[in-house]
Amino acid sequence: MADPIITALRQHRLRWIEAVPWIIGLGGYYAFSDQLPFASQILITILFALSLDLVLGFAGIITLGQAAFYGTGAYAAGIYAIHVSHEPLSGLLVAAAAAALVGVLTGLVILRTRGLTQLMLTLAFATLLAEAANKASFITGGNDGLQGIEIDPIAGLFRFDMFGRAGYLYCLIVLFCVWLFLRVLLASPFGQSLVGIRENVTRMHAIGAPVAGRLLITYAIGAALAGVAGGLLAQTTQFVGQSVLSFERSGEIVIILVFGGIGRVYGAFIGAAVYMIAQDQLAKSEPEFWNFWIGLILVLTVLFARGGILGLIDRVRGL
Amino acid sequence: MTPALEAIGIVKQFGAIRVANDIHFRLDPGARHALIGPNGAGKTTFVNLLTGGIAPSAGRILLNGQDVTRASQAARARRGLARTFQINNLFPALSVLENVRLAVGEHRGLLTARRALVEEAFHTLARLGLDQDASAVVRELPYGKQRLVEIAIALAAEPTVLLLDEPAAGVPGGESGIIFDVIEQLPAGMAVLMIEHDMDLVFRFARRITVLVRGSILVEGTPDEIAADPRVREVYLGTRAHE
Amino acid sequence: MQPMLDALVSILFLGLAYAMVLYIVSVGLSLTMGLMGFVNLAHGAFAMAGGYITVTLMNAYGVPFGLALVAAFVAVALVSAVLERTLYARLYGAGELEQVLFTIGLIFMAGAIVRELFGPVPLPVHPPAILSGQLSLGFRTVPAYRAFLIVVSFVLILSLWLGIERTNFGARLRAAVDNRRMAESIGIDTALLFTVTFALGSGLAALGGGLGADILAIYPGYAVEYLVYFLMVVAVGGLGSIRGPFVAALLLGIGDTACKYLVPEFGAFFVYIVMIGLLIWRPAGLFGRA
Repeated sequence: MADPIITALRQHRLRWIEAVPWIIGLGGYYAFSDQLPFASQILITILFALSLDLVLGFAGIITLGQAAFYGTGAYAAGIYAIHVSHEPLSGLLVAAAAAALVGVLTGLVILRTRGLTQLMLTLAFATLLAEAANKASFITGGNDGLQGIEIDPIAGLFRFDMFGRAGYLYCLIVLFCVWLFLRVLLASPFGQSLVGIRENVTRMHAIGAPVAGRLLITYAIGAALAGVAGGLLAQTTQFVGQSVLSFERSGEIVIILVFGGIGRVYGAFIGAAVYMIAQDQLAKSEPEFWNFWIGLILVLTVLFARGGILGLIDRVRGL
Repeated sequence: MTPALEAIGIVKQFGAIRVANDIHFRLDPGARHALIGPNGAGKTTFVNLLTGGIAPSAGRILLNGQDVTRASQAARARRGLARTFQINNLFPALSVLENVRLAVGEHRGLLTARRALVEEAFHTLARLGLDQDASAVVRELPYGKQRLVEIAIALAAEPTVLLLDEPAAGVPGGESGIIFDVIEQLPAGMAVLMIEHDMDLVFRFARRITVLVRGSILVEGTPDEIAADPRVREVYLGTRAHE
Repeated sequence: MQPMLDALVSILFLGLAYAMVLYIVSVGLSLTMGLMGFVNLAHGAFAMAGGYITVTLMNAYGVPFGLALVAAFVAVALVSAVLERTLYARLYGAGELEQVLFTIGLIFMAGAIVRELFGPVPLPVHPPAILSGQLSLGFRTVPAYRAFLIVVSFVLILSLWLGIERTNFGARLRAAVDNRRMAESIGIDTALLFTVTFALGSGLAALGGGLGADILAIYPGYAVEYLVYFLMVVAVGGLGSIRGPFVAALLLGIGDTACKYLVPEFGAFFVYIVMIGLLIWRPAGLFGRA
């Protein structure tokens, strides 16, 4: 008789296979020691994709403007490092807070709408922010980008070196913390209520769930996480270019998540790794035509493989 | 005593059409009240007005004495008003247990330990005889069992007022017995309003019946009074009382 | 007084021309969204294609302006009809996310293709000799091409409105936008209607792209950069509406031009703020159905 309860409680337990990404991550530190800056970029992209998964995969909000929060975090961390303090961890907090603030303000508007209007607003806000960053060149560096970001050693001990070693471990640890946070959040009653909202919002209203408020909180958390990713970017590359707020960045992270699989958490890991590595390899030969292949794969994914790579894996396992 | 649920002068107008016409309605604590009427009378609309799905054009709604006319559906639910839907409105891809746990979660608060929520949900299922199906995915259940889950979700929040919108609708005759039993065993202190077309169920369940016709209350009274009322027969059977 | 009047006329002229181009491109999107409920973010790619075809025919092959425009309209309309039947139609029942992803994929592909064929630099636009230079209005002169653009746009728009109000096709279109299932049950062939409407809307977008090459520069990033404007016009105007996007385009076109002229530093922002404000006030658009 207790079986169903145990089954339900064990639904979200950690499985052994979930250690694999971290084993790869740690192993990569040694195996790819000459490509650590690139590997750090993959980690940052995974984090960015996770933030989108929360918003898109779990809260069900289709957004073409997630880069607004990524860019806000990047600029916030960069400006903080230049004008306030070189300490990295507080810089990440500032990045998260700034992005969360933008998330709350824009979320209040966006979540009142739905459909095309909502989508358009996510795009409009990101474009607006990009325009603002461009105009405020006295603080953002405008077209030239934000330069001269210096970061102190983490916790006073680990200096950022030009081989990217400390940077890589820094990104890995931050990614681990965020992943753990998301895992707990999504398994919690709060996280499960998001699933309920996605499955049947009418019934959620009827059982007393404050849907609007919950979606806003989720949107803000997603924004904060994207901000952390942007902050990591600023701190590890010590540069923030205008492209952090671009539609290309927003579109790209949506594509990455779709490739990997939406609403699966690990879709972000797989999608980001596959995309970045493929881009690195293929774009060397034909950098501009890369967009064509991306577009084509996206079209094919939508038509034939809606669950992304994880979806395909599921189908193969079901055979 | 304070009515559990009260509607005062409720009017709902869509353009030139009045779907609710100055309705005064009262549900006492522990009530067993049925709302009947021909199709299109506005019964489901009235329930939607009571739950907050639609806003009235005029009038007030009081829940346990508090004015909730401006309150949202979710706010009213949090204050003890639960409803079921005429057509199953479940979380089809989730398990039966999870369906009910969602409702318990909203009732107890999201910071409650998951284990406590799951156990309470399971107890609710057990009371309705659904414990064997707890791990089953809802959309794979027969319709009658789904209808029970529909009620379980509403009961999980331990409401003071329960609105049942045609609980037996669509359920094959052989499976509706369980639904009757569940309704009969509802807590005595809970005020229950049921919309139904099944007259057997209505007369078995109700201590009071309201008849709604074209948005207005035709008559209200005990089952015997309603059964004897010629106007009711006319509305349902279209025959003149004196023929 | 005179300089202010001058400025006003300049703003109105430029703004009106800009608005007309926005409208002609966007009206097809409004129809498609309202009729088929399909989020076609790639709509701008049809305008871009129209621009590339028109300008290339004129520059590289010496085709007269009018003929180039017609060719662009026909070519894009045909191609879009094929795309609609083969690809878009598969996603009509699909969720909004699928449609968004699909059309973004199309934008990426279209942008990459034109970049490969024409290079990344905006195409040089040479309006025909009779339309260049200044036109005298008596009290002052205005750019001749802009004047031409305004006049031609009005004619196009009037024809479109008359076509939708007065013809059989228009009646069926309005019925299907209003209530598709009803329309089907009285025998309207909605599949054919969709294809024709999609082709018409895309062809119009192509015309807009070609006519407005002067205002909305033709380059590979066209479909992405101007996407937000087309979406704003449709969202603020109201999906499925013909008049709504016209008003929205006027607001956006003239408002944007005015703000950029009067407050160069922050002009670009005002339009976004106004549009967002309008959507907060009327989430379904000015003329949309809630």
